[in-house]
Amino acid sequence: MKKQYFINANILDPHNSLNENGGLIIDELGKIEAIGKKVNVNNLPSREKPIDLKGKYIFPGIVDMRVFVGEPGFEYKENFRTLSNAALSGGVTSVVTMPNTDPIIDNVSIVDFLKRRGRDKSKINIFPCASMTQNTEGTNMTEFGLLAKKGIIAFTDGVRTIQNTRLMSRIMNAAKDLGCLIMQHAEDFHLSENGMINSGIIASKLGLSGIPDVAERIIIERDLTLLEKIKCRYHISQISSSKSVDIIKQRKDEVKFTSGVSINNLSLNENDIGDFKTFLKLSPPLRKEEDREVLVQGLKDGVIDIIVSDHKPEDEESKRLTFSQAATGASGIETLLSLSLELYHNGSIKLETIIRALTSNPAKILNINKGNLSIGNDADFCIVDIDKPWVVKKENLISKSKNTSIEDKKLQGKVTNTFVKGQELFKV
Amino acid sequence: MASKTSKAVKISQKHLLGIQDLSINDVNIILNEAQTFISINRSKNKKIDVLSGKTQINLFFEPSTRTQSSFELAGKRLGADVMSMNMGNSAIKKGETLIDTAMTLNAMHPDIIVIRHQDSGACNLLSQKVNCVVLNAGDGRREHPTQALLDALTIINRKDKIQGLKIAICGDILHSRVARSNIYLLTMLGAEVNLVAPTNLMPKEIEKFGVNIFTDMKKGLKDCDIVMMLRLQNERMTSSFLSSNREYYEYYGLTPDKLDHAKPDALIMHPGPMNRGIEIDTRLADDINKSVIKEQVELGVAVRMACLKIFCE
Repeated sequence: MKKQYFINANILDPHNSLNENGGLIIDELGKIEAIGKKVNVNNLPSREKPIDLKGKYIFPGIVDMRVFVGEPGFEYKENFRTLSNAALSGGVTSVVTMPNTDPIIDNVSIVDFLKRRGRDKSKINIFPCASMTQNTEGTNMTEFGLLAKKGIIAFTDGVRTIQNTRLMSRIMNAAKDLGCLIMQHAEDFHLSENGMINSGIIASKLGLSGIPDVAERIIIERDLTLLEKIKCRYHISQISSSKSVDIIKQRKDEVKFTSGVSINNLSLNENDIGDFKTFLKLSPPLRKEEDREVLVQGLKDGVIDIIVSDHKPEDEESKRLTFSQAATGASGIETLLSLSLELYHNGSIKLETIIRALTSNPAKILNINKGNLSIGNDADFCIVDIDKPWVVKKENLISKSKNTSIEDKKLQGKVTNTFVKGQELFKV
Repeated sequence: MASKTSKAVKISQKHLLGIQDLSINDVNIILNEAQTFISINRSKNKKIDVLSGKTQINLFFEPSTRTQSSFELAGKRLGADVMSMNMGNSAIKKGETLIDTAMTLNAMHPDIIVIRHQDSGACNLLSQKVNCVVLNAGDGRREHPTQALLDALTIINRKDKIQGLKIAICGDILHSRVARSNIYLLTMLGAEVNLVAPTNLMPKEIEKFGVNIFTDMKKGLKDCDIVMMLRLQNERMTSSFLSSNREYYEYYGLTPDKLDHAKPDALIMHPGPMNRGIEIDTRLADDINKSVIKEQVELGVAVRMACLKIFCE
């Protein structure tokens, strides 16, 4: 690889508190050699022709902590290759994949398979999760220790929640002993039974069963109560309601844990479901506008640590059904950054806070050396034209599945180039 | 009477998916038209040919007796070719989706599809995929517009108006599309609506529709002109909503002592089928001075004829 020189960029790297106009040098091994304002046209070797980014932004490659890939079992929805391409077009260079595949990622041999597939077919960094319980049935724990030795950095049942409190306490004990991170999807299944959208006037009007916000809150409160005694690494995958933000705010000083929010819940509300739009059947569900506003404020105040895409590719056939029969989830990895930038453009949240929630914060939770632009690290980054207007069109999506929650939405800010380990793998 | 003026004004909707979509003007057009069909239905020659040459498909994914026969009869009396499909044992069981079924039927060029489906919003989905008119004969727990229209017609014929009446809707509101459609329609027409149900059978935030909420039946029935009872939909209940039918009857079954709290000339309505001895005392159900349940069925045909005619034009 040749050395690469970029100048005149707005570099934003929250991990290194870097927010300045400058340049970037990538060495022959694809590592960051130099970065910042000291890299400029005046101190580069004269024979080199640097690329002038003309004020475009450089962000660390995004670390998306909640991504569903269809491999193995649902390759027709998304495979590692299509996921990589979709991710790269959105500036995402590292993903944490959920274990809800067929078979479920719950033992070391399937992890071996996954790592091989990831290595052979993926262009981005794949961090697969294993499930907390065998077959995500919520009864028997998986082998955290052996799985961790195989490189699993986080455990979650993905779309499922540990309902049994005793089992949850045992999982926390095991996670604590072995230093493993566990990530809970917070939903009391009895309270949410048959539920499809937020409980309330819209559900009553559409005649759909509701998922009350208390279903989320009760699991969060239970887990945080357990966490008081069992101090393990614990992360709440996604929160959706203002009540959850309140609890997290109250408890953050007493117990150590982190939480995330889906970009869908930050950008949309239950009214967007309109006339039974199945692409907006999500888990957790979209809630009221007041909830959305509190989530945005929570992210702004640092109560919520990270933003995830909750990328869940579903093929057309799984969505062209009545609302109750349709699959849950939306494709979103390629619009994650642009949709997040909406919160910056409309003045809700500072750019640095957004980028931190997409890069250094997830990396810190996962304890991986990603999501930063430190010297000597892999040059995983994206170049972004932060003001460029564009419209989300299903047919332009790169992901194998086209179930975007924001069809026809006008966005501002687009990734123009994405690099992984110094290699340019995406270019507009 | 007003039917003459109704012809000058067109209905605002292409499909009849729910009362929510209708304006007061739309409702008046339908009710006025229905009035004219009542006498035709009572006469010797019940057949007119306004829909001759038109094809009507009744697509019923849920078992139904009165709604299906009512729509079938309505279509036939208007001269349409009516085909009733009971989808319980057809392609849908072989894995065909609603959209595929819709496309198949659409290729046969029907003019009207009447659909009953267990999923809320099924008729909305269907209407997006076919070229013909879609009439909703009940979708999940969302809407059952023709039932609400026939209820309104029944009330108007007995009480001469709806404006200013006090109407109680009692029972399993949560699972009831009839309740939802009636809430929209009766409040639109100026009635004061009381909902009476145990909290477990009351939809969330339903008070935002402009109705009063009661858990005590006697309070809910106080001074009401109309008492509309709903069927307890045990088949839609997946977990424990109630302790027992006998306790439900004790607290929410319509009995003479509870009815005493309503106005002396209060009328009893029920969309059927009834669970006698669970939501209604059997003597009250059959009391010809108080119960208009049979009249509801009769006017149901007239209302459906009106809907078929108006939406087909």
